[in-house]
Amino acid sequence: MSASTHSDSSQDEPERGLSYRAAECGFALVVTIFAGLALWDSYERGAGWSGGPQSGFFPAQMAGLLLVASLVVFFQGLRRPDQILVTWEQLRRVSQVLVPLFFYVLAIQYVGVYVSSAVFIAGFMVAFGSFRWWSVVLAGILIPVVTFWVFELQFKVPLPKGPLEAWFGF
Amino acid sequence: MENFEFLFHGFSVALTWHNIAFMFVGVLLGIVVGVLPGLGGPNGVAILLPLTFGMNPTTAIILLTAIYWGALFGGAITAVLFNIPGEPWSVATTFDGYPMAQQGRAGEALAAAFTASFIGAISGVILITFLAPLVAKFALRFGPAEFFAVFLLTFCSFVGMGKENKAKIVVSLAGGFVLAAVGIDTISGDMRMTFGVSELMNGFDFLVLVIGMFGISEILMTLEEGLEFKGKRARIDLAVVFNVWRQVPRHIKTLVRSCITGMWMGVTPGGAVAASFMGYGLAKRFSKNSDSFGKGNIEGVLAPESAAHAAGTSALLPMLALGIPGSATAAVLLGGLMIWGLQPGPLLFVEQKDFVWGLIASMYLGNVAGLLVVLSTVPLFAAIMRVPFALIAPVILMVCAIGAFTVANSNFDIWLMLIFGIVGYVMKKLDYPLAPMVLALVLGDRAEDAFRQALIGSAGDLSVFFDNPLVTTLMVLSFALLFWGPISNGVAYIFRRPAVAAKAEQPL
Repeated sequence: MSASTHSDSSQDEPERGLSYRAAECGFALVVTIFAGLALWDSYERGAGWSGGPQSGFFPAQMAGLLLVASLVVFFQGLRRPDQILVTWEQLRRVSQVLVPLFFYVLAIQYVGVYVSSAVFIAGFMVAFGSFRWWSVVLAGILIPVVTFWVFELQFKVPLPKGPLEAWFGF
Repeated sequence: MENFEFLFHGFSVALTWHNIAFMFVGVLLGIVVGVLPGLGGPNGVAILLPLTFGMNPTTAIILLTAIYWGALFGGAITAVLFNIPGEPWSVATTFDGYPMAQQGRAGEALAAAFTASFIGAISGVILITFLAPLVAKFALRFGPAEFFAVFLLTFCSFVGMGKENKAKIVVSLAGGFVLAAVGIDTISGDMRMTFGVSELMNGFDFLVLVIGMFGISEILMTLEEGLEFKGKRARIDLAVVFNVWRQVPRHIKTLVRSCITGMWMGVTPGGAVAASFMGYGLAKRFSKNSDSFGKGNIEGVLAPESAAHAAGTSALLPMLALGIPGSATAAVLLGGLMIWGLQPGPLLFVEQKDFVWGLIASMYLGNVAGLLVVLSTVPLFAAIMRVPFALIAPVILMVCAIGAFTVANSNFDIWLMLIFGIVGYVMKKLDYPLAPMVLALVLGDRAEDAFRQALIGSAGDLSVFFDNPLVTTLMVLSFALLFWGPISNGVAYIFRRPAVAAKAEQPL
């Protein structure tokens, strides 16, 4: 919904961006490949009928449906008039979050969710906001601590922890 | 009227201080979830689900449904004040709600939206109270073949009634089924589509998928537009509320129309989104001064909100009575029930009377609580939207990551969440509907089991699906819904009247 309104407003000035057609066809092809993989795996195990469907039967039917539908989307995509799906500027903004998010998830595996969240939140506030330094430090420490209190102490739900928490004895 | 007896018994189950406290907590959380971008009904419930594992099922489901009500109410706040639909079903509310706010009538618009929501929701609950036990009783006679036919009906109506590109709906649906099949096959014990990756043995948990697809991707969508929100201010006092309530009887026809549309769209999984647009379209069509729509007509707020909530509530009916959810959030709630060992479906009404009627009673109470809370706390929640996004966004992302982890205490799920977040973003940009995928993922295994059990019973003979009048009717109905588009066009052609529904969808 927001996508369509945005592409309307960006038509007056020729902004450059990713073509809808390219993305549509590209994504359809990826889906086709996945459907092919699922079909291959199902037939490998047996997708036939021996006194009733075998274990691969149902997935194979669905994968077949997926394959056909993705090809339909692909050819529809080729024929439609092209437009800009997302401008490079928008994509840059999205990746500004996606890349840190990737490293955040990576960090959770090593130092636990609390330390990495503290760094993630503080870093985000410094990079995108105009906060005073003390509010950044406060938010960065307070939010993980409250989260710790809620999850580990109140609800007894263990979250990934790293060396720091071990040092405190958790 | 034994239903009333059960219902009063249900009130006695639900009306404990403990449960009511959780109800208010749930409503508040739900409104927060509904107001914040990136969090919505489905993933709000999904994230909080693991926290409820320690509670007794009745309290837990009351908390979770209260979040659902809160999210339904919360979507309207951002729609009116910020012209940003907090939830997809509030899109139609922005058409007249935001113009009203621009004219300085924000309080009136919000009071109208909440009142309409309340009326819609209550009409949905009344429908559940009277119809759900009947449907459940009827469904007790269902065998695997009948259940498969009902599943088929659900999926066919998604394809047939959906307004998106049909091929894309099918991609979403079939993709969900294929993802659901990943992991150990319950009947034969075979490993399906794991490709030797041991993490895939247990398959994809739909909660992780929901958090990624509805949470992460929504944040990415929001970030595209930059990090600023500009909103109108609103004050609601009793005078405004009573003023709106005085106007409500004048629009009774609109409300009734919207509620009926909503109930229908909710029970058949057309969904709250479609219902809100239909409600809006119908109100505009039947209104004497349809020109004033889109310029701040109060009817343009009442109609979509009541329809959306009637649909959102009615979506719980098939979830409870048949075990087949009518919406993405209902699907998540269903997942919760199954985690507590409650198998939703007709037997639930026989074996877990306390639970079912406690839940239904809590729906009445939850909506009353929701209305009270939302009317009194609008300024507070409008203030949340003024907290800088640079602080809100990382916190939401953190909550999503924690939510994904707690589903199965697995780090792998956090990666899956990230991947599905990106996939969800791409799919949203390319106008794929996401709800069919979630539903297929939740129901995939059960639809397949029903299909295979039916065929085991008949020794592999497909005619079992046309064996008796009941299952035949369901199958025929499924195919009728699948080809709903051409059929309704044909009917419209014969009567030379354009289909109202098609017109109502135009604003999309």
